[in-house]
Amino acid sequence: MLAFVSPALRAAGDFLPAIVFDFGGKFDRSFNQSASEGAERFKKETGVAYREFEITNAAQREQAMAQLAKRGATIIVAVGFTQASAVEKVAKQFPQVKFTIVDAVVDLPNVQSVNFREQESSYLCGMAAALASKTGKVGFVGGMDIPLIRKFALGYLEGARRVNPQVEVFQNMTGTTPAAWGDPTKGAELARSQFGRGADVVFHAAGATGLGVMQAAKDLGKLSIGCDSNQNYLQPGSVLTSAVKRVDVAVYTAFKSAREGKWRAGPIVLGLAEQGVDYALDEHNRSVMSAKMAEALNAAKSDIISGKLKVAEYRTP
Amino acid sequence: MNGSGGSATERGFSASAVPAGARGASGPALELRGIEKRFGTVYANRAISMVVERGSVHGLIGENGAGKSTLMNIVYGFQSADAGEILVNGRAVVIGAPEAAIAAGIGMVHQHFMLVETFTAVENAVLGVEGGLQLAGGLARARRELARLAGEYGLEVPLATPVAELTVGLRQRVEILKALYRRADILILDEPTAVLTPGEATALFGILRRLRSEGKAVILVTHKLREIMAITDRVTVMRQGAIVGEFVTRETSVGALAEKMMGRAVGGPLEKPPVQPGGTRLAVRDLEVRDGQGVVRVRRVSFDLRAGEIVGLAGVSGNGQTELLGALAGMLAPSKGTISLGGRELVAAKVGPRERRRLGLAHVPEDRLGMGVVAGFSAAANAILGYHDRPRYTRGPLLRMAVIREECIQKMAVHDVRPAAPDLRITAFSGGNQQKLVLAREMDGEPSVLLVGQPTRGVDIGAIEFIHRRLVALRDAGKAILVVSVELEEILGLADRILVMNGGEIVGEVARGEATEAQLGLWMAGVSGEGRG
Amino acid sequence: MSRSSALPRWAEWGLLPLINLGVALALAGGVVAVLGESPWVAVKLLVAGAFGSQEGIGYTLYYATNFIFTGLAVAVAYQAGLFNIGVEGQAYVGGLGVGLVALEWGEAHPLLVLPLAMLAGALGGAAWAWLPAWLQARRGSHIVITTIMFNFLASALVTYLLVNVLIKPGQQSPETREFGPGAMMPAMHEVLGAGGIAFAASPWNIAFGLALMAAVAVWVLIWRTRWGYAWRVAGENPTAAIYAGIAPARVIIGSMVISGALAGGLGLNELLGSQHRILIDFPGGAGFVGIAVALMGRNHPAGIVAAAVLFGGLYQGGAQLSFDLPRINRDMVVVIQGLVILICGALGDIFHAPLLAMLHFWGRARRSATG
Repeated sequence: MLAFVSPALRAAGDFLPAIVFDFGGKFDRSFNQSASEGAERFKKETGVAYREFEITNAAQREQAMAQLAKRGATIIVAVGFTQASAVEKVAKQFPQVKFTIVDAVVDLPNVQSVNFREQESSYLCGMAAALASKTGKVGFVGGMDIPLIRKFALGYLEGARRVNPQVEVFQNMTGTTPAAWGDPTKGAELARSQFGRGADVVFHAAGATGLGVMQAAKDLGKLSIGCDSNQNYLQPGSVLTSAVKRVDVAVYTAFKSAREGKWRAGPIVLGLAEQGVDYALDEHNRSVMSAKMAEALNAAKSDIISGKLKVAEYRTP
Repeated sequence: MNGSGGSATERGFSASAVPAGARGASGPALELRGIEKRFGTVYANRAISMVVERGSVHGLIGENGAGKSTLMNIVYGFQSADAGEILVNGRAVVIGAPEAAIAAGIGMVHQHFMLVETFTAVENAVLGVEGGLQLAGGLARARRELARLAGEYGLEVPLATPVAELTVGLRQRVEILKALYRRADILILDEPTAVLTPGEATALFGILRRLRSEGKAVILVTHKLREIMAITDRVTVMRQGAIVGEFVTRETSVGALAEKMMGRAVGGPLEKPPVQPGGTRLAVRDLEVRDGQGVVRVRRVSFDLRAGEIVGLAGVSGNGQTELLGALAGMLAPSKGTISLGGRELVAAKVGPRERRRLGLAHVPEDRLGMGVVAGFSAAANAILGYHDRPRYTRGPLLRMAVIREECIQKMAVHDVRPAAPDLRITAFSGGNQQKLVLAREMDGEPSVLLVGQPTRGVDIGAIEFIHRRLVALRDAGKAILVVSVELEEILGLADRILVMNGGEIVGEVARGEATEAQLGLWMAGVSGEGRG
Repeated sequence: MSRSSALPRWAEWGLLPLINLGVALALAGGVVAVLGESPWVAVKLLVAGAFGSQEGIGYTLYYATNFIFTGLAVAVAYQAGLFNIGVEGQAYVGGLGVGLVALEWGEAHPLLVLPLAMLAGALGGAAWAWLPAWLQARRGSHIVITTIMFNFLASALVTYLLVNVLIKPGQQSPETREFGPGAMMPAMHEVLGAGGIAFAASPWNIAFGLALMAAVAVWVLIWRTRWGYAWRVAGENPTAAIYAGIAPARVIIGSMVISGALAGGLGLNELLGSQHRILIDFPGGAGFVGIAVALMGRNHPAGIVAAAVLFGGLYQGGAQLSFDLPRINRDMVVVIQGLVILICGALGDIFHAPLLAMLHFWGRARRSATG
């Protein structure tokens, strides 16, 4: 065992929340950052400090979680589907520690699995894109070609088709390595090429790579759609909307419920109905999203919530 | 390499010539006092004191590794001495870099020219001393000054032609002009005739005499004793880092100098029993070789090499000898013609170097360090280069290290390689000992044909003698030997039959007994005589 | 003027790397101080994290195993004069081979599965190196360029297979199912435990022993066989190689295939030893770290093992550092690792000349003092 103990550690029995971020890092202005914001909010409201770790290689996932568990963490939130196998292993080793995993399912008695119906917000964004498009062509830039991103893409496509069955949707993935989540230059290039082919709205689901997509849209006077966090403020007036995924709420809720003893293991799925996903409308995009558009989106939203409208979900093969 | 110091710039332009040699005060042009230089524990220069007078040609001779180059590098500022003083015109100067040497009026012509090939003579001369932003005006002035210098010293060169298009002899003149343009009063020439034809060498000596009569001090670094006798006024002999003798040239002799240089008496001229050639071992017919750019380097070359004879291939460096050797050894694919080794055709059959070695063709390459040895390897590892997959060195894929080492020790003993240390890096051996090891390696393969390129390049006199005797002994043992050398003396001493190459062709052939240096020189220079006899 | 003067062996192999490491750590300490943490505490955390506990040592050697394989891969190609930047991709494809065997025959006996997986890993890595080698040998395509491109191709290939073919059904993460019990590389703490030695649990596994065996094998191959001899000739002096009748094409293909096969060893450690499934980007940059490891280890197996352990320690200690000093985030750890790579690897010779001068000076001072 290590001979030194960090000052941040508390005596056993205290409530100690912890969070492990994935490759993208907590400043990706997107998925991980949203998670970080939830943790920060919890800290601000309760005054309880939390431990965090950003991994740099695959083996560290397991190492970091075991380390945190050993040092008395009460609840560990693992952000991102890539952590699933590590959570599975470590949760078995530390049955008294609570684990919450975001974007994946781990079926263990001490693991809570939080998933989102991204297809629902993507559907609304697809509709928005098709409504705003004058050319009848819209684009999608994904990070890596993985099931989660296909889920976004499929929802987007369906939403766009609902508005305009003849809509043309360009789709590009940024890369085949995790670097694809952090390459704004490439994101800008892909967006430019889609704009060049006639698209006038591009939706990104590519983490920090999406920042490049949004910059390109701004530079060319076109529209972009943000992802995960509300990114409307990043390029006000050129971001049509954002497919918001409230990872922050998931993290915040996990910490808070654990502290209050209300945390329960098992699957949790958050969609429009649970306000886990949404499209974003605020002062930064009111100039590009007309009231009529918002009305159409809200109508679809209530149809989805009521179950009148079913959005297909991408299934892994 | 070119001076770029401020003082040099001014000197380049104060063209209103101060009479040469009159600058500064009294004292000899160059005086060295107690120069010491040590590398690790080895003295490269020890207590060197010498005086070079104005208006003289001063020879500096010594074997390889005697310390000549180190001394001249100290004078020209490439290296700094551990102790000692340098005086120019009687005044002590500190020379920490070539710029300082140039400022002190010292110029150097290196064995490998330091010219920008795409620049003209004028541009090369002003390089580093351009002065001012207005290059054009400077160039015009430089051209006038260079033309004046060229006239004064008999250094005619085309000033406006890119250096790349000039012959080696002309390039050397550009180097000398460059030094004079920088107002050198002391001119160091390092082995200047190594790359010249006999005719060009004679012309160079004329220029040196002009320089001497104009009051310049010339230091001629060479290992060719005949040149020393022909041109110098005084000669300093170095051995093992120290000066072992200083002579007035006309009061000494070649024999005396050689003895001083080597520290022992030299054997007489090479003794050879008369040639008794046997059957043809290597037959070359109508060979044409192109280089990587497709330029024809060897054309219409045909000759036979018979058992028990040494054929010498003479020629100025760069006239196709290298490519011819490469093609014979299987390293270059000829574009035309045939080569037969012991009656077996090699070109069309695409027989490579490895198979040719197996068929009895050994090759001592011209460029020893570039090709013949691997610099980072030990002597023992180098002693199997090209033979490393012979069964006696291997057991399956493994090398038999003990056998390799043992055989290397044997080779070293037989061929007098010193030190007899098989584990020592090859680069720690002198050029002569490296060459002896290469020769030992190639001879041990029991070849029937031996190709030898520049057998004694960078080899000291003692080793030269040894190598020459070995080659003659091999000839007498019935090997067919082709010796390629740019040293005419070597060819005349060794060969039974002499071929001369110029512009990629064999332009002359003569038996040893009938060869005259004058005729060979003309052929080498490309002046066609009666051709092949 | 050539720098013919060489350092004594003890200085070249012992002192010089230590000086490099010291300077790198001093610079890193400066970075830490700027961030407002005590460099002393940071270094203590780093070293203690890497070598101060059984678990730390286990992780350090587990990372080192990857770096030994990739470092050897780089070195073998380098000895033949080839700069193989594609070790990352070769490890990726080699690991794919390892993983496919493990998925297919994971239920069989380990003594059957593990050798088969080794073979598959070596073949996969070798195949991925063979193609660029062939392109260089026959078409003259520069191997640096092609191997870089093959890294991307490997990545695209494995990602495609994971997302579309191999993915465990009904799961988000592009990962395969877990390997069967026969395809698990025994962990070191289990092996030691069976031998009665208690050791803390870590992913350190017997692939480490395989890596050490590979290092010995590489030494024999390079310095004791005629093939290694031919490769070294070609690497040191290509003209001399042609002179000696060594066919460049055979050198290129032979050395690259061995290089790629060694890279394939990474999959044994990473997949069979730790992850027990194929997942995206499992080489995690070890192929590139291998370049630094080979540089620092002077392309000699012994040096590579030492450098790999050092880099393993940096990885493990660095994780510990960012764990305990939140102000030193993972990017700072990368900066510190980068400094060590830069000074010890890329600039490994900057202190050569000063050290030489200093040794001369000392030598002279001592001589003048004694006589």
